[in-house]
Amino acid sequence: MGTVPSALKHCLSYQHLLKEQLWIAEPPAASHPAQEPQASGLPEYVKIVEVGPRDGLQNEKVIVPTDIKIELINQLSKTGLPAIEVTSFVSSKWVPQMADHKEVMRGIERHPGVQYPVLTPNLQGFHSAIAAGATEVSVFGAASESFSKMNINCSIEESIERFEEVTKSARSMNIPVRGYVSCALGCPYEGNVVPDKVAEVSKRLYSMGCYEISLGDTIGVGTPGSMKKMLEAVMKEIPLSALAVHCHDTYGQALANILTAMQMGVSVVDSSVAGLGGCPYAKGATGNVATEDVIYMLNGLGINTGVNLCAVMEAGNFICTALNKKTNSKVAQASFSTGTIN
Amino acid sequence: ASGAYPKRVKVVEVGPRDGLQNEKNLVPTPVKINLINMLSETGLQVIEATSFVSPKWVPQMADHTEVLQGIKKSPGISYPVLTPNLRGFQAAVAAGAKEVSIFGAASELFTQKNINCSIEESLERFEEVMRAAKEASIPVRGYVSCVLGCPYEGKISAAKVAEVSKKMYSMGCYEISLGDTIGVGTPGSMREMLAVVMKEVPVGALAVHCHDTYGQALANILVALQMGVSVVDASVAGLGGCPYAQGASGNVATEDLVYMLNGLGIHT
Repeated sequence: MGTVPSALKHCLSYQHLLKEQLWIAEPPAASHPAQEPQASGLPEYVKIVEVGPRDGLQNEKVIVPTDIKIELINQLSKTGLPAIEVTSFVSSKWVPQMADHKEVMRGIERHPGVQYPVLTPNLQGFHSAIAAGATEVSVFGAASESFSKMNINCSIEESIERFEEVTKSARSMNIPVRGYVSCALGCPYEGNVVPDKVAEVSKRLYSMGCYEISLGDTIGVGTPGSMKKMLEAVMKEIPLSALAVHCHDTYGQALANILTAMQMGVSVVDSSVAGLGGCPYAKGATGNVATEDVIYMLNGLGINTGVNLCAVMEAGNFICTALNKKTNSKVAQASFSTGTIN
Repeated sequence: ASGAYPKRVKVVEVGPRDGLQNEKNLVPTPVKINLINMLSETGLQVIEATSFVSPKWVPQMADHTEVLQGIKKSPGISYPVLTPNLRGFQAAVAAGAKEVSIFGAASELFTQKNINCSIEESLERFEEVMRAAKEASIPVRGYVSCVLGCPYEGKISAAKVAEVSKKMYSMGCYEISLGDTIGVGTPGSMREMLAVVMKEVPVGALAVHCHDTYGQALANILVALQMGVSVVDASVAGLGGCPYAQGASGNVATEDLVYMLNGLGIHT
């Protein structure tokens, strides 16, 4: 079917293909009736929460210099992303990558209209975050007792009590809190996780004041089948508009799972630029779903995100160069390939 | 909306042909044979074995006769081979082929660049193959390339895909595999294309052949399943890069597809 060099020589450059034919550079105009998202039951707009600088970098082995982190976040701030998770106010003993949380928080440009949430595992972290200028925080629960014990050394119930302290403080200061539920589709220690358990923990977090619950497929084992079952259970307890999905691509299922979630009405999706962040539970496995790949899909579906894919790819290119690693984004791989002709 | 999924899906394994064809290293014949024999033990019902094309064009497939004759043919498993023209067809049958495939495209430019003729001319070539195949009672599978985008033309109209698919189906192909050759498709364009094609070809005769170049393959396959498609092509280990974008990935991996189907409770 043709040898490689001659095929490359004549075909449209990928930049050309992307920009002109496939609406990559710009969000789709309203006048594309064939792609009306409402007709197919999909949301018109999806909010993308960029977790690369925190969840992504946290799972990268190389310690990233503070100024690189700041530059990455500044670049992401220019892409149209509405929310960028900046760092984690956790003890540097546990997560050395996030030891520079104060410097990062203070060093980044704060663009109007962009949220910069930070993780705060407890009241101490919360106070530290506020002192450093944070205006939104996140707390991390889990749907698995074993995971909770292994990860933060306490039971789910104890962790909820800790978070309640945070949300109470946050409420008194008008600081919004986002709640994460890990292991929503499976646990590296327990295996199967019951959807009702996910619903129960989600409800606890929502009731204590979290404005949004991000359901995390922490080890990426979920499939459209388990995603659907889990969401059905959670949607009985939490309004759809307060739900987000945080899918890992460890088994290549992320986009299919995200699509399933959107078909059920979920309109907030977490992702990581360049698919930063491997899986700490399976060496060599991939981790977060790549923001570029999610946006590509959403653009193709006619769903508005406000995000410029090319700008995200540039930020991804920047951090991968700095980390001396290959991107995990297939879109970026296809677009930055050395064989394309401009 | 997420409708019901098919209860069973036929997975067509294209690794030994489509996969290896796009790998740079020439694979020794015994390794190819071993691969196919191992795949025959997995429960896969269809394994595309090789391509009876001139070795001048596709050196990787030069050993087509040896491979087809060398593999252990398990009962109940089909081992289709590509036959771009009558000569290839005859060579394939002489080597023991019991099923063949022909490759059309929904793009004029792609057809020109790939096989040096127009779509119309390529269909005439296939007519010869169809006639011979009918006489020999050999089933023929038809592929349509570039269904969601072309590396030369860019956007491809769904109507064109439907037109080519219909012609190949009317010619006698028992199944039409719709190929997102450069993987640019998304669930949106997949849905749009299938809706149009399904007006011309019954969904039971349709298959999807998605490339994962932009990571969209499983999402695209999911949508196809939701629309009633129940035959999906995939390549073991995701073998085969993309010849149109150096460094980019190519075929969707059979393992990842089966993982998803298992999770959906779909029998394979």
